[in-house]
This record gives sequence, C-alpha cells and structure tokens, in this order.
Amino acid sequence: MTQYILRRLLQLPIILFGVSVLVFLVLHLVPGNPALAIAGADAPPETVAAIERELGLDRPLPEQYVLYIGRVVQGDLGRSLRSRRPVLADVMDALPNTLQLAVVAAAITPVFAIPLGVLAAARRGTLVDTSLMLVSMLGITLPVFALALGFMWIFAYQLRLFPISGYGGPIWTSDGLRSVTLPALTLAIGAVALLARLTRSAMLEVLNQDYVRSARAKGLREGVVLLRHALANAMLPVVTVVGLQVAALLSGAVVTETVFAWPGVGRLAVFAIQARDFPLVQGTVLVIAVMFVLVNLAVDVLYAYVDPRIHYG
Amino acid sequence: MSVVAAPAGSLGRRPGVGALPSPRGGRLVQRFIRQRAGVFGLAVISCLLVVAVAGEAIAPYDWRAQDVLARFGGISPQHWLGTDELGRDIFSRILYGTRFSLVIGLGAVALSFGVGTALGIVAGFYPRLDGPLMRLVDVMLAFPGILLAIAIVGALGPGLISVIVAIGTTEIPGFARLNRSIVLSLRQREFVVAARVLGAPDRSILGRHVLLNLVSPLVIFASLRISTAILAGATLSFLGLGIQPPIPEWGAMVSTARQYIATAPHTFVYPTLAIFAAVIGFNLLGDAVRDTLDPTLRA
Repeated sequence: MTQYILRRLLQLPIILFGVSVLVFLVLHLVPGNPALAIAGADAPPETVAAIERELGLDRPLPEQYVLYIGRVVQGDLGRSLRSRRPVLADVMDALPNTLQLAVVAAAITPVFAIPLGVLAAARRGTLVDTSLMLVSMLGITLPVFALALGFMWIFAYQLRLFPISGYGGPIWTSDGLRSVTLPALTLAIGAVALLARLTRSAMLEVLNQDYVRSARAKGLREGVVLLRHALANAMLPVVTVVGLQVAALLSGAVVTETVFAWPGVGRLAVFAIQARDFPLVQGTVLVIAVMFVLVNLAVDVLYAYVDPRIHYG
Repeated sequence: MSVVAAPAGSLGRRPGVGALPSPRGGRLVQRFIRQRAGVFGLAVISCLLVVAVAGEAIAPYDWRAQDVLARFGGISPQHWLGTDELGRDIFSRILYGTRFSLVIGLGAVALSFGVGTALGIVAGFYPRLDGPLMRLVDVMLAFPGILLAIAIVGALGPGLISVIVAIGTTEIPGFARLNRSIVLSLRQREFVVAARVLGAPDRSILGRHVLLNLVSPLVIFASLRISTAILAGATLSFLGLGIQPPIPEWGAMVSTARQYIATAPHTFVYPTLAIFAAVIGFNLLGDAVRDTLDPTLRA
C-alpha cells in the first residue's frame, strides 16, 4: 500500500504539469489573435499591442509557457483584464464560498440518501420502493440548472422560505444558513439520488446473507436487524462511491453558483469566460483542477486505509 | 492467411467489458423487443429524429415569428405550449430546437468515439506508447466534469461547432480507457497470440481480431454517452457559452426563461421537459442496447 501511495505521489507532478500545459494552451485556442479578441475588433493597435505584451503573446510558445509557469509557482496568476486585480486574490476570495457550499452539500447527502435507500430496500417491491426509485431517477436525469430553477421557483418564489439568490453571510448566521440551503440542496440532489439507489442495492444484497437470517431467527427487532446487521455491512460499497461525488460537487458548483448568484469559483469561471477575461479563466480553471486532483488523491489514499481488501496493482 | 479465426465477442467476463458469443441478428431483435423500456426509448428518439429533420415543416408557427400582443400566453388552442417573452410560439421553438440537441449529442459522441478509440487501441496495442497516452488521458480527467468543456468553449467562442468540439473532447478519456482495457485483455487471448505466432502482421491482427471484438462494448458505451453529451450541451447553452439566443436550443431557451421564472414559469418548464425526454430516451435505449448485446451486464 505504501508503494501505491508513493506511486500516486510520484505521478502527481506529471499530472499537475500536464494540467498547467493544458490550461496555458486554452488561451491559444482562441481563433485569430487572442489580444485582438480581448481588446475588441475596433480597438486601437496600441491597446492590442499592450495586451500582447502583458500576456507575453509576442514571444515563442515554449518561452511563454516557461514564463507562465515560473510566475504560477510563485503564486502569480496574472491580473484580471477587467478589474485589474490579481487573479489569485479574486480566486481566493471566491474559494471559501465554494468550499462552504460543497461541504454543506456533502454533509446533507448521506442524511437524506441513506435512510431513503434503507427504506426502499426494507419495503422492496412496494409502492414506497417504486416511487422512491422513480424520484431518484429524476434526480439523476434532470439537468442541474433545471433543478436549481425548480427549487428556486417552489421554495423562493412560491413558498418564500428562502432567499432567491445571493450570499447571505457565514453559515452560522441565520441569513447565511437560509441563503446556502437552496444551492446546497441543488448541488446535493444528484448525489442523494445516486447514493440512495446504491444504498438500496447494497442493502438488498446484504439482506440475503445468512447472518441477517440468523439475526431475524433469534428474534431481533427488524429495526435492529436492518441497522446494526445489514446497514453496517452495506456501507462499504457506499463509501466507495462518495469519492466520485467530489467531481460532481465541483462541476455542479459551476452551474449552481451561476443560477443562485453564489460568489464562488464556479461562477467566477463562467463570469471570466463571458467577459473574455483570459487570465482570470486560466487562473480559476487551474485552481479548480489542482484542487480536484489533490482531493481525488486524498480520497484514493483514504480508501487504501479504509478497505484493506482493495489491492492496488 | 488466418488459420485461427477470432471467436467473435468472446471477451472473458471482465466486469464492464464482457460479451457473450454474439447471436444472429434475428435473435438480437427479439431480445431487444422484449425490453419494453428500450422500445419506448427507441420510440421517443425516433420521434425526436423526425422532428429534428422536419421540425420547421411540422411547426404551426415560424420559430422567429413574434407577436408582442400575445406575450407570456398560457396554453391555448392557438399556442399548444403558450408563448414566450416576445410572443413566440414555444411549441414551434422546441420543435426547431430539437435538431441542435441531437446534433450536439451525436456529434460529440462521434468525435470522442473516433479519437478516443484510436488513442485507446494504440495505447493498448503498442506498450511503448501506453504510458505517455494514458498520462495524457489522466491530465484530461483532472478537470472535473464540464469544466474542461467550459474552458474550451470559452476559448473557441460560442457556436455549434465549438460546443461539439468542447464536449467531444471531454468525452475522449472514457472511450480511450475502455478501448485500452479491452485491447490489453485481448492481447493475452489465445487467438491473438496464435495469430501472432503464425506470423500475422499487426494490421491483420488489429483488423480481424481486435476491432471485431470492440464493436459490441463500444456500441453499448457510446449509446449511453449520448444523453450525457446532450445534457452537457444544454448546460453550456444555459450558461450562455453554447448556442446563443434567439436560436431556440433548449438550454438557451431555459436560460432566457430564467429571467421570467416568477411570472411565467411555463417558459422554463417545457424546454426542460424536452431536454428530459431526450435524455431519458437515450438512457432507456442505451440500457436496452446493453442488455441486448450483453445480458450478463444487467444491473
């Protein structure tokens, strides 16, 4: 296992290098002259030349990359073309908001998903089971933006339970808690649906085992059988899936944040692209990707500890 | 030349890539018809295909035709799904928008199918190229979900081709990995080893023994990815990065409707239902194709 972790750690620099190259090249995908695209078609030549100099576009490509990565490792992601603020400052302002949203979403996922999955498994084949599975199918299939707008319409416009959009402050304040509810719910719903289905199938598998029959035979109450004997053993495959959720949370955050005007990195990335603010695009995408790689690594290493049966060849 | 013929579709029972000896076409059709959900999915998609081709001819109104006096109209005999903020007929617009979602879904999957399959076969067949190619795939997987597509479409600028390229690119790693893993397992199989021992050139081994055995798992995987691509396309348009209004791509319609959600929720409900129908249709069809070609994979 140590070997596996070491190998993953050794791969990390290669992946990060590749990510930085890809992010760097994004600017060069811009058709024609990127500086012209940024400045606008009717900008004076001096402005275009100034942008070219600022982005280093007047140098050969490998040299540009070396300059770029040299600045990145020193924490200099360039300056936003619109606000003229350092990109890193913008990203760092937005990052805690995204993390807050993701953590709340990740926390509410098992709270809803596991009881629903257990209930569906315990009532297998009944109306309860069928309708739960049907609803979970909706949760997986509906686009995130449709869920977001649906929640907004029902809970903010019709019932007026939560604010329509925006950031209400830290989560421990009542305004903060109310403002995070709808975005977090939107973000969590896909994962809730998936996890509920998985819990159900894992439970069904375990409920056929001999030890569950024995537990019932010795007269334990059904609740104890379900929770202590079945659920505890059904959790392993479920835990494995939670890691996959990280990707869903980060990419779902892009849409959710945009709909709910939540000031996180996802919304920042969309805003940057709409404004054709390429240093900001590169900075946000780079930070999100690096975060994603590190979290994935941490999750994989964690699994190696949690489930010693897993062999990493 | 080939003394040893490849047993078609005998891939071992590796989870996710298994395949049974392929029955004849007639048996496959029978097996497919028995899956009612799949037949329903096929029906939905057939309707969408007809609408995609003939949408403008069927539509009761021109998708651009405005009637400012009839803004935000509800369901009526004249406007089956009501009208939007400019009094345009929502039903006609959804019909016209069908072609964009289908072209994006099919186009993006075709692109990733082609590039990903080529990458995966090369990586699996030539060990020397395996490492570099798979690191490239790992790098692409380092971008969560739609983020890479957003970055690409942001650089290329909005438009149909950009969306297809962006989503197609993000789908490449999945196809590359699937192909690589199958080719790797095929390389060990007796019939490939035998062909090699008999002196068959790489070209004939690839063409006769490897490609044939890739068909079934690839068809299964591709059919399941179309709905993902359609969703991604609608999402890009919703974010204002894909197909732009006034073109009634479904995601773009929802994006516009967002401003009027408090007063006219119907402008957002129907395009959403259209997306949902397409996604469900392709999902059901994909599941049925999987169960038809390889019943051992049934969940």
